[in-house]
Amino acid sequence: MQTYDLEANGLRGLNSALQAQSAATNQTSWEVVNPKGSHAIAVGLDAPIEVTVKGSTGYYCGGMNQQATVMVEGSVGPGVAENMMSGQVVVNGDASQYAGATGHGGLLVIKGNASSRCGISMKGINIVVHGNIGHMSAFMAQAGNLVVCGDAGDALGDSLYEARLFVRGSVKSLGADCIEKDMRPEHLEILKDLLDRAGCDAKPEEFKRYGSARQLYNFDVDNAAAY
Amino acid sequence: MCGIVGLFLKDQSLAPELGNMLTDMLITMTDRGPDSAGIAIYGTDAPGMTKLTVQSATPEADFAGLAEDLGKALGVTITQSDNDTHTVLHLPSDQFEAARTALTDIRPSVRIMSRGDMLEIYKEVGLPKDVAARFNLSGMSGTHGIGHTRMATESAVTTMGAHPFNTGSDQCLVHNGSLSNHNSLRRKLRREGVVIQTENDTEVGAAYLTWKMMNGASLGEALQSSLDDLDGFFTFVVGTKDGFGVVRDPIACKPAVMAETDQYVAFGSEYRALVNLPGIEQARVWEPEPATVYFWSHNDSPTTHEKAA
Repeated sequence: MQTYDLEANGLRGLNSALQAQSAATNQTSWEVVNPKGSHAIAVGLDAPIEVTVKGSTGYYCGGMNQQATVMVEGSVGPGVAENMMSGQVVVNGDASQYAGATGHGGLLVIKGNASSRCGISMKGINIVVHGNIGHMSAFMAQAGNLVVCGDAGDALGDSLYEARLFVRGSVKSLGADCIEKDMRPEHLEILKDLLDRAGCDAKPEEFKRYGSARQLYNFDVDNAAAY
Repeated sequence: MCGIVGLFLKDQSLAPELGNMLTDMLITMTDRGPDSAGIAIYGTDAPGMTKLTVQSATPEADFAGLAEDLGKALGVTITQSDNDTHTVLHLPSDQFEAARTALTDIRPSVRIMSRGDMLEIYKEVGLPKDVAARFNLSGMSGTHGIGHTRMATESAVTTMGAHPFNTGSDQCLVHNGSLSNHNSLRRKLRREGVVIQTENDTEVGAAYLTWKMMNGASLGEALQSSLDDLDGFFTFVVGTKDGFGVVRDPIACKPAVMAETDQYVAFGSEYRALVNLPGIEQARVWEPEPATVYFWSHNDSPTTHEKAA
């Protein structure tokens, strides 16, 4: 176990040490103490290592992650796991706005609530939120799965492409071109797997599925004059 | 980008530490606003007296004998407490309007920063740590206070463009964001007779709240209607005699974090600003909801200005 005191040794030292790890590293387990809300903790990692942040972070924690598992014991500021490619980011507390934005892959788990714009423009990432999410979540989401065990705020899935949205609680309102869809057996399977991996005991049958009505982004010759 | 910090004490044994805690929070927000800084602090009041905090670019000339000259003009006893480019004038409550008029004659270059029984506003151009040092902010005590670090986007970097803005007796406003309809709203408010001194967007926001309250709205109602009438991005923190309030626009892209313990309620643009507060590890920490007015008050029975919230 490597322990890094962020307050004493600074952010640049932490990220360059973590980014220098290769697939063959023996230093597979890291602990970051005294994060004190700092920005850009554990960003750009590209090795199968585990990093535990002992406290709360500011902006962009775990951004651009590949392969690594980043666990935050507190809450995170805006843009956690932004543009994640693979690996896992797990937040014990809450997440501020645009959690998992533009993520291409990997799993983001938020055990508390996420605020506005969760999963905005997601491109293949899987996001599981144990609590609620705020307004404009999954705006222009293209691929991947967003699972919400609590409630969703206004304009869920506005201008949605092909991402799947699963919500157990209420949805305050759906965004443009986002509709409720049938939950088919393959969706229950996807959901069960994600809930298991996210350590969530909710039952897949309790969720509703939302997706794109595909009216907004498909070219339709009848609408040619409007383009 | 700008930084906001606020601290409302529930446990008055922390009052002597208020300035110290707010200063630490303010300096942490330097990255968000390095061009100017300000603080509104609610200290003690004296019965029948009000405080007029004024600023001058040439304090040696303007503040020499100021209380005496103003007292002579009004026929009352006035005292002053100088603090760098600011001085606090202590005058009978019913003399405020007369004092404001008299000041324009006897010291035309002096600018009014705030008025109120408890409120004092100190603000200047410069790094937050330098602004805090010149006013010895860390030595101030009080029941609650609000600080702001500014990164200017809508108007010049000047003392008058710095926050907080005084919106009425014992009321102040700080803002993170930018208002896009401030020019048309400024014209409208000026036609209504509201005095607006600068081209700053936040001053228009402050004047808007003042105008709403002059026309009978409570502060809570004024904040509620700001959600409809102000176009742009804002996280507002407002100070009142008894407490403070928070409201964010419906888009809520300007950050806000709150923390509450048995001892205090704290606001920060980022969690970083709160990390040195006592007991923060055990505090309830949350993000205020968009388009929702929040208030905390020392009064068990809220004043009319707070009833709506």
